[in-house]
Amino acid sequence: MSTNKNKKNIIEISQLNKWYGEFHALKNIDLKVKEGEIIVVCGPSGSGKSTLIRCVNFLEKFQEGSILVSGTELTDDAQKIRKIRSEVSMVFQHFNLFPHLTIVDNLTLAPIWVHNETKREAREKALKLLDRVGIKDQAEKYPNQLSGGQQQRVAIARSLCTNPKIMLFDEPTSALDPEMISEVLDVMVELAKEGITMICVTHEMGFARKVANRIIFMDDGQIVEENDPENFFNNAESDRLQLFLNQILTH
Amino acid sequence: MSVFDQQATRKPPISQIGAVLWLKTNLFSSWVNTGLTAASLYLLYLIFPPLLDWMFFNASFSFGTINFFGFEIKFSEEMATNKNCGRVGACWPYIYEKLYMYTYGFYPRTETWRPNTVFALTALLFVIIPLVKNYKYKNRVILSLIIFYPIVSFVLISGGFGVLTVVETHLWGGLLLTLVIASVGIIVSFPIGVLLALGRQSELRIIKLFSTIFIEFVRAVPLITILFMASFVLPLFLEPGNNSIDKLLRALIGIALFQAAYFAEVIRGGLQAIPRGQYEAADAIGLSYFQKNALIVLPQALKISIPNIVGSSISLFKDTTLVLIIGLMDMLAMVGLTTADPYWLGRETEGYVFVTIVMWVMLYSMSRYSKKLELRFNTENQN
Repeated sequence: MSTNKNKKNIIEISQLNKWYGEFHALKNIDLKVKEGEIIVVCGPSGSGKSTLIRCVNFLEKFQEGSILVSGTELTDDAQKIRKIRSEVSMVFQHFNLFPHLTIVDNLTLAPIWVHNETKREAREKALKLLDRVGIKDQAEKYPNQLSGGQQQRVAIARSLCTNPKIMLFDEPTSALDPEMISEVLDVMVELAKEGITMICVTHEMGFARKVANRIIFMDDGQIVEENDPENFFNNAESDRLQLFLNQILTH
Repeated sequence: MSVFDQQATRKPPISQIGAVLWLKTNLFSSWVNTGLTAASLYLLYLIFPPLLDWMFFNASFSFGTINFFGFEIKFSEEMATNKNCGRVGACWPYIYEKLYMYTYGFYPRTETWRPNTVFALTALLFVIIPLVKNYKYKNRVILSLIIFYPIVSFVLISGGFGVLTVVETHLWGGLLLTLVIASVGIIVSFPIGVLLALGRQSELRIIKLFSTIFIEFVRAVPLITILFMASFVLPLFLEPGNNSIDKLLRALIGIALFQAAYFAEVIRGGLQAIPRGQYEAADAIGLSYFQKNALIVLPQALKISIPNIVGSSISLFKDTTLVLIIGLMDMLAMVGLTTADPYWLGRETEGYVFVTIVMWVMLYSMSRYSKKLELRFNTENQN
């Protein structure tokens, strides 16, 4: 953690407000993320945590406030958005692999079409990444031939293919069978060790305790509390967080 | 701790498989179904024997001597006439004699090798595409075929290039014309349909509005109206005496626009079946709007739409027979034309049965081909 102290902010969110129609989904969010920081966002469903990280790569538009990603401000400008999306990649709850492409083609798509790499380069890198997440032997299969845990690992490999500076995880283990959660978490722990900036929306408190630099608790579209793991779990300041922790940790 | 023992698998009981079981479950599962089965069999008994009698047993096959690719096949001493064919059975020599009309219309007899070459190329296309399936540059091969095949076909059929003399479109007819109208209609309308479908989903208001109005307008109008408009009303707006736009071309434009609206709706259905997550994943990895649609959305949407695309194409194929209203002599129009020949008066039945059979063979093949495509592109559910 101490190593992060001197690093600059890679994400700066200030006074972010977002509405879905009349519904006020995010209220005055302020958040700064340093390079290499691992942040876990948790909170009850509907608290706006997914919405928040989806704003960071502009999958969701917001109405007020600003987001700076490595110095570039997010606006409607398609060029800027594409630039940011090439630095920020995302892993989804339901994997969202492309079912009509083989695993390796899923991985090489962005490098070839967005980053103008040659087919061979992209393929080599893809196979290396697949090896890293432990499914190199499935490279020529189609996504639906793989188990959920394998698919999510492919999705992680796909988002690594473009050498992103920031990775966003949107409940990456929520759609998985219990048997498969740990294989995905293992990959994420490995990534965390390598110094990539990560923001994870997850309910895996064991993971949060182990790798997070900071844990953020959200409710009702607001950041209620943020703290390092030690104090987050043991010295909750607000009664709302205490209630939440009691509910998820008693089982 | 006890050891987990896996039990051996075994076959289902013998009473649960086989033909008897099939009969029992599908034809005689209840008294109502048994009754329906009996009624259907009786209906078939009523229809089929007379039909077979007419088509084969009482029919005349006195073609005389046929030259079939250099082989002399002798059916009878001389060809039957309308009179000695009789009225109990079909008179197939009529079809044989008018086969040229049914196939080429008034296309000059000396030039038939040209449409024949196009027919052969078409057949070759269906042979080549599966053959290059695993070839490294298959995309390039298929793309060049898609570009060159229509050009070559057009030049061959219409002529006006080098040694090929011009054959005016009013001479085209029969199956040739049917195929030209159907394939041009389908091939030209397809990309327009894709664009309209994307347009209707677009976030740009004007494009969306234009696409929606076009689609809804065209779909609310019968094809025959569009053909009339294209054929009779449109020339009124053009300069008088200036018949520069060919009648067939006008009909083709009308048909292509008509079909594009239907394709657009069929493809829109496919687009709506693509989960939002696919769009989001495509956005998240940084693909542009064009790349997202070309690489992620359309391949999946079109695949889902194959059955409906083919269904719609089959509809159009059948609807091409309407062009006889505006005086184009397609295969169906040939029935009326050839039986107006005093020598073959009253042989419409044979003509209609023949056209029916030809149409059925072509359209059923199309439907089978689509089934094959569906299976080949199905990567979602193969395990």
